[in-house]
Amino acid sequence: MAPTRRDFLKMAGLTAAVLVLPPRLAGGADKVVTPSAAPLPLAGPGRRWAMAVEPRKCRPDCRACIDACHGVHNVPDFGNPKDDVHWIGRAPMGKVFPAETHAGLPETLRGLPVPVLCNHCINPPCVRVCPTKATFQRADGIVVMDYHRCIGCRFCMAACPYGARSMNWRDPRPFVAKLNVDFPTRTQGVVEKCNFCEERLAKGLPPACVVACPEKALTFGDLEDPRSAVRELLGRHFSLRRRPELGTEPQIYYIL
Amino acid sequence: MAFLLALVGAGFGAYLHQLNVGLAVTGMGRDVSWGLYIAQFTFLVGVAASAVMLVLPYYLHDHKAFGKITVLGEFLSVAAVIMCITFIFVDLGRPDRVMNVLLYPSPTSILFWDMVVLNGYLLINLVTGWTVLESDKKGLPPPAWVKPLIYLSIPWAISIHTVTAFIYAGLPGRHFWLTAIMAPRFLASAFASGPALLILLCLILRRFGGFDAGTKAIQTLAKIVAYALATSVFFVLVELFTAFYSQIPGHMHPLTYLFVGLEGQTFVARAMSLAAVLALVSLVLLIVPRTRQSEPLLALACAGTFVALWIEKGLGLVVTGFVPTPLERVPVYVPTAPEIAITMGVWALGLFLITGLYRIFVAVRRET
Repeated sequence: MAPTRRDFLKMAGLTAAVLVLPPRLAGGADKVVTPSAAPLPLAGPGRRWAMAVEPRKCRPDCRACIDACHGVHNVPDFGNPKDDVHWIGRAPMGKVFPAETHAGLPETLRGLPVPVLCNHCINPPCVRVCPTKATFQRADGIVVMDYHRCIGCRFCMAACPYGARSMNWRDPRPFVAKLNVDFPTRTQGVVEKCNFCEERLAKGLPPACVVACPEKALTFGDLEDPRSAVRELLGRHFSLRRRPELGTEPQIYYIL
Repeated sequence: MAFLLALVGAGFGAYLHQLNVGLAVTGMGRDVSWGLYIAQFTFLVGVAASAVMLVLPYYLHDHKAFGKITVLGEFLSVAAVIMCITFIFVDLGRPDRVMNVLLYPSPTSILFWDMVVLNGYLLINLVTGWTVLESDKKGLPPPAWVKPLIYLSIPWAISIHTVTAFIYAGLPGRHFWLTAIMAPRFLASAFASGPALLILLCLILRRFGGFDAGTKAIQTLAKIVAYALATSVFFVLVELFTAFYSQIPGHMHPLTYLFVGLEGQTFVARAMSLAAVLALVSLVLLIVPRTRQSEPLLALACAGTFVALWIEKGLGLVVTGFVPTPLERVPVYVPTAPEIAITMGVWALGLFLITGLYRIFVAVRRET
């Protein structure tokens, strides 16, 4: 149903009040109004965590999400592409969505850097192929790893159609720039990947990348909740997922 | 044998280095995350097939000429499967945790099933080969209980190839591997490479080992290699047709990389050109009766078949599956010196085992 004139006036009045009044009167500084930073319900069953990415909002050389993620998770930097370990990466739009690219697409769009990370697929091939259940799926959809069980066979790396997984080809500890003592490091010989910040979700905090993004290009939330920010965003825009034809049901949605 | 042991020692030294530094000492990386080791494993699963190509004609069709050499096939399988398991082991990032596969059995993982069928096949061949040889030594017919085990080894041999092919063929997003013909292709190339090696071993035993497998047995094996190689080549051509007639980029790209090269990466393609030439020449030599019956030419054709299929499976198949990467790059993969040393070490270990087992075999046969 289209909003009535009365609804519009109510919304306009509220918006004006929020903009004009000092934060304390408008509801307090800790109740932030932007949808992406709304307090999250605690992790658990009955939820389906998902992320909407708006790459057009990204600044050309921004690495805020990558640096924040790799900082809190002690992701090593080996400084060479062969041994590279990353949880979030960036790739040109034309490489992330080759099927959606054509000669008429402007270079600004084709070369647009797009954040890429684990898709936390509903139907994850990596979980299916793991011979030790070191990679598994939680009730809320997050695909996580037990780094103490992984034998480093790398079947999951071959199975992941998104290249989201990294192997510790050597001991990562000397290559962690600044150690975060609140999060474990990994050992040589195991695979690792994005965990959707499950350690932060357990405290009701949104993922580190979402918080770090200066342009609010990442929106995280519960897809099962019709009022969540991510549902609201996906309801308003047309979105793409990487290689949906494979039936993996990725949970990272790109609004381009 | 001393030379083989030296190679095993060198490989072991390189493995200690790999254990210390990590798999970073290999050419594998983020994009090509499986390399020479897993490719050798895949190829050697095929070699392990040689036994069934002797067992099946002898036990199901009463092809008497194979009676003398079924044990040779079984012993070759034993050595090949041990090499397979060793190659998987050296490929692990955390070999100390290998028992997790048993502690947390995961029936959805094809690797779990591969472990089951490979170990089963090893056991079956070890027991049947040893028991048959032992009763030969005593001059008695093999015990009755061994017959069902031998029959079981036939479908079991098919299973090790099928399950190994399923490791690759069931992965979404790797177009080169995602093909229903993968398992049939594995079987066809296996039934060519295994028996080809067996012929070479028989020829060596005849010349240097003082054991004659008999011309009839060797010629039957040669025909098996001919049929299997022809089927193998046919299956590759079928793949090429599907990709290049449909013109679907995702299907064409890996095959272009494999046979011509992509973005200047031609190392695998050059090897594959050699494989193609070797396979076709060997096929002609094996089909034409006069060349097949000439021992030196047969040896040449078998060596050609073996090398061609080694390039196809022991190099091309695994690396090409990673091309292009999920982000449309053409990755570089070059095996490193430690990686090659470890690979040669495992091969040497296998050849050492074959030599040892065949010496026992020949010693028993001489007595009887």
